[in-house]
Amino acid sequence: MIEIVSAAACIACDVCVKVCPTDVFDRGSDGVPVIARQSDCQTCFMCEAYCPTDALYVSPVSVPVEPGSPHADENAVAERGLFGGYRELVGWGRGRTAGQLLDKNATLKATPPLSESYLPVPAPVADEPWNH
Amino acid sequence: MTVPADVDVLSTDVLVIGGGPAATWAAISAVESGSRVTLVDKGYCGTSGATAAGGNNLWLIGPGPRREESMREREVAAGGLTDAEWMGRVLNTSWDRIEQLARWGYPFPVGADGRPMRSSLQGPEYMRRMRRKAHRGGVHILDHHPALELTTDSGGTVNGANGIARQDNGRPWRITAAAVVLASGGTAFLSGSFGTNVNTGDGLLMAAETGADLSGMEFCTAYALAPEWGTHTKGRMLQWASFYDEHGQPLAARPGLGGRQDAKWALTNGQRVFARLDRAPEHIRQTMRDAQPNYFLPLDKAGIDPFVTAYPVRMVYEGSVRGTGGLRLTGPDCATTVPGLFAAGDAATRELITGAISGGGSHNGTWAIASGTFAGRGAAEFGKRRAVGATTERERVGLRPGSRDAPTVDEVVRAAQQHVLPPLRSHLKSEARLAESAAALDDLWRDVSGGLAPVAARDAYKTRQAVAMVAAARWMTASSRARTESRGLHQREDRPAGDDRHRHRILVGGLGEVWTAPDPLLPQLLSAEAVA
Repeated sequence: MIEIVSAAACIACDVCVKVCPTDVFDRGSDGVPVIARQSDCQTCFMCEAYCPTDALYVSPVSVPVEPGSPHADENAVAERGLFGGYRELVGWGRGRTAGQLLDKNATLKATPPLSESYLPVPAPVADEPWNH
Repeated sequence: MTVPADVDVLSTDVLVIGGGPAATWAAISAVESGSRVTLVDKGYCGTSGATAAGGNNLWLIGPGPRREESMREREVAAGGLTDAEWMGRVLNTSWDRIEQLARWGYPFPVGADGRPMRSSLQGPEYMRRMRRKAHRGGVHILDHHPALELTTDSGGTVNGANGIARQDNGRPWRITAAAVVLASGGTAFLSGSFGTNVNTGDGLLMAAETGADLSGMEFCTAYALAPEWGTHTKGRMLQWASFYDEHGQPLAARPGLGGRQDAKWALTNGQRVFARLDRAPEHIRQTMRDAQPNYFLPLDKAGIDPFVTAYPVRMVYEGSVRGTGGLRLTGPDCATTVPGLFAAGDAATRELITGAISGGGSHNGTWAIASGTFAGRGAAEFGKRRAVGATTERERVGLRPGSRDAPTVDEVVRAAQQHVLPPLRSHLKSEARLAESAAALDDLWRDVSGGLAPVAARDAYKTRQAVAMVAAARWMTASSRARTESRGLHQREDRPAGDDRHRHRILVGGLGEVWTAPDPLLPQLLSAEAVA
């Protein structure tokens, strides 16, 4: 869900208010959007793709994160370089190439899975704080 | 007709309801046919719906023998419920439309052989361009304008819709139109599956209120695998996965796409399941990332390298968005059983091209392009032949607020979800559980009939979403009881085999009383194999 609007990066352009398909944001009195209806967020990352200044962070978790989670901590998210990741993948923003041009689905269709895992068992199981 | 002074009143030739691929193709097609077009979207046309979030692979096959081969393969897989004439027209039209999309400048990648690769569309890019094309063509786009009801004239012909502008404090609007295209998507019951929370079946409810029939609602039972904590139902990458239990020990699962079915079986039986992409050869990993970046994005954010570490998965309901049920179509122009009302995309039944099995992102993506085109042209032609009649006002469940102690939106949504989302309700059904759901949902319908607890004016659409979910759950339950066999997505543990007497589509409809009937129009197949 949407967790962070970076007031430092935001230019109050209102694009996120306009494009959010589930109408999560309201324009705040200072122009910086406020997360008015977080429970309506569907974690589709669309606002991240449209934000021209990479000011938004949508955590990958489908419910609001616990207090103290790194996913709601602007500094922690910035240190990991997680702002603006989706916009970059989509290939939007000055000087970028459309992500669509990299899509080699046909190559994938021609590559069957290996018959067995190439890694040993037991498999390590995700359980770090960032893993949620 | 009297309209209160604060209502925004507009008129158009063709009104399109929805904002995804089917809606935009319909709007563009109606403009091409010379109509004035207004498009209203509950969300934002360009980001709304399953395609914008997830993208589409397409069922895209050029003219030639391969096309008929593919149709034959599909009708066998689809349980013999398809229609060859529809399949042929859909393949034909979608091929032409994708050719046009390329000419409009869509950045299709080029393969090693120098030929463009056109069978995959990236969601945000595709829908941003579709919006722009519609806008530049003169389509009047109204975002955050959820439709609440269709209006009809005294003869029952659809002549427009009423709704609200949710970002303008719920200011009401009324649009009269010579014809309406419903391209409002399927329903996934607010399950949270990727990008589908705008798909709550509102269009199905609005259409049924004007007397439209539905078809194939027993096939609204698709589920996908997402991270246990997430919503990202991008399951295609899991064909390179192995599946594990919580101790990291392997589960018995087939390699490839079949493994997902085995994982779902374990999850349905209450086990925890972990996935690791350890069957992906090293050299295709970057290609996998490039092809489906939004499978990897949430895992990257969560600090998980799925090629090395097993992460927990859950089953997320995708309903009729990936299932196949929707409004019954009665003509090649995507007409419904109600005059003046056309349906496209996931709002319409996709049984005609994908029968009893999921259309996934590919057949459904192709369907959106072709059916949007048919419906847009059909609505434009219909509109040219008629004068718009005056509206006869009608009562609709949930439009007027009920008493303060009436059930709330959240209570109704949760009650409907209980009979749909659990895998033992939809993934694996039984007459005993269906009968229990039918009785509970009939009670729930009676409870909502007097209205729901009042909400703010800007939230009026949430009340109608809740009512739509109750109605759709009842149609799905009734159709599932009528199909006393297993076929495709519809799996009955008490009737595990297919039954030849059910080789027909099942129609369903009604609000106060729900009815079902065999579709008198039988499937039309190319191959004898599909009926064997």
